[in-house]
Amino acid sequence: MSMTETAPPPPAKAKARKGKAVEVPSAARAARSRKPMPIVPPQNVSGNALVLVIAIMTFLSCLTLGAVTLVRDTAATWQSEIAREATIQIKPAEDFDIEAALEQAADIARGFAGVRSASVVDDAATARLLEPWLGSGVDLSELPVPRLVTVTIDPASPPDFAVMRDAIAGSVPNAALDDHRTWVDRLVAMARTTVAIGVAVLALILSATVLTVVFATRGAMSGNGHVIEVLHFVGAEAGFIARQFRSHFLLTGMKGAVAGGALAALVFLVFSWWSGRNLATPEGDQAAALFGNFSIGLAGYAGVGIIVIAIAILTAVTTHATVVSYLADLDATPGDR
Amino acid sequence: MIRFENVGLRYGMGPEILRDISFELPERSFQFLSGPSGAGKTSLLRLLFLSLKPTRGLISVFGKDRARITRRELPLLRRRIGVVFQDFRLLDHMTTFENVALPLRVRGREEASYRSDVNELLNWVGLGDRMHVLPPVLSGGEKQRAAIARALIEQPQILLADEPTGNVDPPLARRLLRLFIELNRLGTAVVIATHDVNLMEQVEARRMVLTEGRLDVYD
Repeated sequence: MSMTETAPPPPAKAKARKGKAVEVPSAARAARSRKPMPIVPPQNVSGNALVLVIAIMTFLSCLTLGAVTLVRDTAATWQSEIAREATIQIKPAEDFDIEAALEQAADIARGFAGVRSASVVDDAATARLLEPWLGSGVDLSELPVPRLVTVTIDPASPPDFAVMRDAIAGSVPNAALDDHRTWVDRLVAMARTTVAIGVAVLALILSATVLTVVFATRGAMSGNGHVIEVLHFVGAEAGFIARQFRSHFLLTGMKGAVAGGALAALVFLVFSWWSGRNLATPEGDQAAALFGNFSIGLAGYAGVGIIVIAIAILTAVTTHATVVSYLADLDATPGDR
Repeated sequence: MIRFENVGLRYGMGPEILRDISFELPERSFQFLSGPSGAGKTSLLRLLFLSLKPTRGLISVFGKDRARITRRELPLLRRRIGVVFQDFRLLDHMTTFENVALPLRVRGREEASYRSDVNELLNWVGLGDRMHVLPPVLSGGEKQRAAIARALIEQPQILLADEPTGNVDPPLARRLLRLFIELNRLGTAVVIATHDVNLMEQVEARRMVLTEGRLDVYD
């Protein structure tokens, strides 16, 4: 082999280079102190969009999880509070000593196992109960107002309400026992439905989150195809390439998930603080009656933490799968396609 | 070093684009691979670079049968083969220095251990003053030289270059050719895929000519 032009200057192959002084430009000296550029390009527009998408989906998932926890806890509280009490109602009649009937009914109730106490709602308390409808200063003895005995029940071993109902009805005329069973049954049904709906919504939100994170990650990864290719062609092992991208996108996923999860936790904390601050006000009482104290509890916050970690891991796993499938395509046998 | 015997290649169910290709690339050899566009030059280079498997025939690379090379072995063999792509494939977010050092970095080497080697190689290809510049700022010729330096940094046993002078003016093309010849003189086998007749006329070297999927070798 020969060439028509003059020979080039001697090249510097590694073997020949050893021991030779090389002038390093000042820029190179400056470069020594800085960290090398990561192999995966730093965040671009699609990377930032991925962080935002992950943050939003994590926020929604955590919010749904918190809401389901709240509804479940509140429903359980309603149910146990109502199941703890029963009421005996005695209607007034002509020539009927209602006070004696009240005491008698309370005595009968106290005789049953599973009843902790029975107390007559006195005139003053009855007047207070009726005050919103009848106004103050009403003489109840002039009105045919039914009277009540409240029976406190041991929720762990409730009495036999059917026997108690028969005993009271048999001994005390005009008396009826209300064990709130209808209410409890309706509440239980409502609470179960609400929790079931909540769980279904949570499942949908989580599925949407998984799909969104998978597609957003793949979208962000598609801009890096050339990087995978170059690494592949310079002899990088598949594990090395996958590791670079996985750690990069795990960090991206973590950023988004932590931001979304933290925001959701903040929302719960703010609501909890608000309900605590408004404990004695009508708005606060109304909200507390509906939603308890707005606190999602430790289990709720643990759930938020699990969602955050799961989403970050999902991002990393999707990245890994995308890199592996990309590399498999690069090494594919054309006849196989 | 690399041997093809009756190799055929087709994509999917399409026609065979390489047919009965048989040749051998000895160590320290220098050859041009030419032929009209669409003749299969790039596909042949991809076969040489182990990025495709043939649909038939036998390829032996560094004494190993291509069909028996596992996916784990591929990166190790690829490190013995340097490739210069027609479109350079430099990473735009890395400086020239970092691009050239990439093959060493993926092997887990520390920058301190290769800094002087990379500096010297960049000086050799004439990019000594451009080593801390990002590729978008480089001219076509500079990018080409950076891509060549990256292919050479691991001192491959064979260098494959796909149209290395396709994007440069004739004086620079001659300079690049001198670079390849010097490299070959130092012991690296070189395959240059090109359809630049002027370039091939400057050197008396083996020519492999692809025509409609068939290969003729002129020693």
